[in-house]
Amino acid sequence: MNLMSLTAVELSRKIKEKEVSVTEAVTAALDQTEALDKIYHCYVTVDREGALKKAEQVQKAIDKGELTGPLAGVPVAIKDNMCTRGILTTCSSKILENFYPTYTTEAVLNLEKAGAVMIGKTNMDEFAMGSTTETSAYGVTRNPWNENHVPGGSSGGSCAAVAAEECSYALGSDTGGSIRQPSSFCGVTGIKPTYGTVSRYGLIAYGSSLDQIGPVAKDVTDCATVLEAIASYDAKDSTSVKREDYDFTKALVDNVKGMKIGIPKSYFGEGLDDEVRDAVLKAAKTLEEKGAVVEEFELGLVDYAIPAYYVIASAEASSNLARFDGVKYGFRTKEYDGLHQMYKKTRSEGFGEEVKRRIMLGSFVLSSGYYDAYYLKALRTKALIKREFDKAFERYDVILGPAAPTTAPEIGRSLSDPIKMYLGDIYTISVNLAGLPGISVPCGTDSKGLPIGLQLIGDSFMEKNIIRAAYSFEQTRTYARCAAAAARD
Amino acid sequence: MKQYETVIGLEVHVELATKTKIFCSCSTEFGGAPNTHTCPVCTGMPGSLPVLNKQVVEYAMAVGLATNCKITQYCKFDRKNYFYPDNPQNYQISQLYLPICRDGKVEIETEQGKKAIGIHEIHMEEDAGKLIHDEWSDCSLVDFNRSGVPLIEIVSEPDMRSAEEVIAYLEKLRLIIQYLGASDCKLNEGSMRADVNLSVREMGAEKFGTRTEMKNLNSFKAIARAIQNETERQIDLLEEGKEVIQETRRWDDNKEYSYAMRSKEDAQDYRYFPEPDLVPIEISDEWLEKVRAAQPEFRDEKKARYISEYKLPEYDADIITLYKKMADIFEEATAICKNAKKVSNYLMGETMRLLKENNMDPEELAFSPENLAKLIKLTEDGVINGNVAKQVFAEVFEHNIDPESYVEEKGLKMNSDTEGIRKIVEEVVANNPQSVEDYKNGKEKAIGFLVGQTMKAAKGKANPGIVNQLLKEILSK
Repeated sequence: MNLMSLTAVELSRKIKEKEVSVTEAVTAALDQTEALDKIYHCYVTVDREGALKKAEQVQKAIDKGELTGPLAGVPVAIKDNMCTRGILTTCSSKILENFYPTYTTEAVLNLEKAGAVMIGKTNMDEFAMGSTTETSAYGVTRNPWNENHVPGGSSGGSCAAVAAEECSYALGSDTGGSIRQPSSFCGVTGIKPTYGTVSRYGLIAYGSSLDQIGPVAKDVTDCATVLEAIASYDAKDSTSVKREDYDFTKALVDNVKGMKIGIPKSYFGEGLDDEVRDAVLKAAKTLEEKGAVVEEFELGLVDYAIPAYYVIASAEASSNLARFDGVKYGFRTKEYDGLHQMYKKTRSEGFGEEVKRRIMLGSFVLSSGYYDAYYLKALRTKALIKREFDKAFERYDVILGPAAPTTAPEIGRSLSDPIKMYLGDIYTISVNLAGLPGISVPCGTDSKGLPIGLQLIGDSFMEKNIIRAAYSFEQTRTYARCAAAAARD
Repeated sequence: MKQYETVIGLEVHVELATKTKIFCSCSTEFGGAPNTHTCPVCTGMPGSLPVLNKQVVEYAMAVGLATNCKITQYCKFDRKNYFYPDNPQNYQISQLYLPICRDGKVEIETEQGKKAIGIHEIHMEEDAGKLIHDEWSDCSLVDFNRSGVPLIEIVSEPDMRSAEEVIAYLEKLRLIIQYLGASDCKLNEGSMRADVNLSVREMGAEKFGTRTEMKNLNSFKAIARAIQNETERQIDLLEEGKEVIQETRRWDDNKEYSYAMRSKEDAQDYRYFPEPDLVPIEISDEWLEKVRAAQPEFRDEKKARYISEYKLPEYDADIITLYKKMADIFEEATAICKNAKKVSNYLMGETMRLLKENNMDPEELAFSPENLAKLIKLTEDGVINGNVAKQVFAEVFEHNIDPESYVEEKGLKMNSDTEGIRKIVEEVVANNPQSVEDYKNGKEKAIGFLVGQTMKAAKGKANPGIVNQLLKEILSK
């Protein structure tokens, strides 16, 4: 039996029933990684030794009956922008090439409490800035469905690792679509929770007001299970929200009868690939056949989401990334003359092109004389976009659309035209601006055999609606594995 | 020469007396080994997040209420972006758009009479770390112990016209804040720091002149000297037909000279924007009322009460209320021994003398009011005489000893044994014929010497009333 073909929940059940030991499960993930990561490069760091040691501890705790949850003993991969104590944490940037945090991200601690075994840190776009995982300082990640294509980004390493079955599930982070878009490109499922649901403590910030950590897995059940484990109120994160309903797995119900689903007309206009449109509308039809009430509606301000996002996220990033200066930790340039040159050379050499572009953009929009015209206007736009969604959710339980306008582009095609790359975030970005939960689930493949993702968006704190809709849709199909993973059976 | 007027506004930074830092739970204690009061938050580690210390908001509100400010019940923090190695995140969390307090005023009194000084705003912010330049190894080191210590910045209106007004304003702020317990406000230790914005204009002119900002002022004296010096410098420039340049200057109090640090042209663009890691602070009416109700009695009210309730002379009330610590000791000691004037005398006399002798600040007084009250009780009950009391007080002042057990242990009780004292007096009279003769020849003062000799022989413990009575009796024989 190929243990890596199992979902996280299936694997943990086998561990609990003593059919499989934690060491066997972890070894399977490590071996799969060793076999495939030469090609796909999902990881920046693989912690074989640490994972095997942890596996033994977790096994003991399971045997003693201390760990009984549905993630105990299951191998997980963590995006490399989440601090992990004593383990290299780079954000896929040269500037953090030697950064070993002294603390662990709250969401990862929550997983550890649930008995998860981390096998490594996954590759990403540098500081989560990008949609392709090509801006990493440690090399590109390739799409397991076709190695000439990108896995999407910025959580490309996490999504590709799940697709290539180099882990059972993974954590990603989503600032403008960074979980949902690569999930779509890699044929896996990913959730971006409501802002404030998962603590950001330990997550190296890109756009603080937009960042959320979320799960990436083979199916909706795993995602709901992982979200249930990582979501918590955390006093260390002032933007963390105390919720009553962390029991997301309760929403794993195959029933959408009477559920009202809205399809924004503007999501199906110019720029959307025909094959993607057909697959997404077919999914809508499936949900309708299962009893959901599906109708089209006008969602305003869609075109304003991208400029507002790039102003806000870049502004916050320009400030968040100021701390990487060569003084306290991380990379410092070799030769310099005085403080200012040290700053300048360290940051010029330590950051990649896309990061520098966004720092400059962000610094510009916050500059005296431009603040009102750009930053303040973007904040107002953000508020108006939220209002548009509020209006929509007065009528619908779930909003349905594509996760991305196309399937995964070929490697090397996107970075030459950043504006075009930014436009690829059109369906995901407004969800972050409005702080809403969104899920991407596979809904087919295009003629090249590349996966297509269906995005379901819920109202604030209504993860359960999108989980139920996604789960119901998922019951109509079987999980499609990529050939590279299936070949390992 | 034309007549000029000096126009001054102050930016005063005050370190708040919270136990922990503004955005993390590290200690604010001064003087720990470098980088021992630090954590990922106050060293700007990636992934760390700030959490606001509520006490900071309460202190800021309390200072705002005491200075007649409007409290911004929906206020926010902003990031001020600039690169410097003592600033671990390369931004400071401060307040620009919605500061917690606005539009206040305090009343000052100078020889020219009373005057209101406007307060533009008070905002909360975090302090930076400290750079230590190691000349020996030619490198700079950073100590982040101070990083994240809470500050409030009190920005006045340009309402002051002289060094005297500036000092009166600062004294007033210092007293208010000390009375609130919000800070110890020590200029020399940096827990209170004042930057002076100063311009001059021709008397009667409506428009303000170009101002400079003076930094590094570590005492009231330095502030007065810097104001004098900068006023003259600006007037000289104008008289020579030159212009004052808007710039930040640094005062060197040893050389009594200031030099330009940076001009407006190289002023930084701080790219302020709302701090996304903190949620807005919503101050409910209830919270505001709670803080208002907890406001202490301030100096002016206290002074009036000391005069009416304790019947203290205005002079005494004025001095005792000048320091919160002194006023606290006064009230507590009086409550125990019920002798306000005696307590006042100890504070105004011996206490002040010893403070001066030891070069101490009244806020550093360390003896307990109970021990002062006990001492007063011992003198009232005739257990010890005045001489001994003075000696015991010095011990109370320095070591906070318990006067009762001290007097007991050291055997300092007053000697009122008339027959015993008579023997000593007779001996003194016999040994000092010259003084006796002087006295008899009308030199009244000679008796003082004889009293002294008797006390000395009685080891200072003799009842002075009995000594005097016996001397007069024996000498008149």
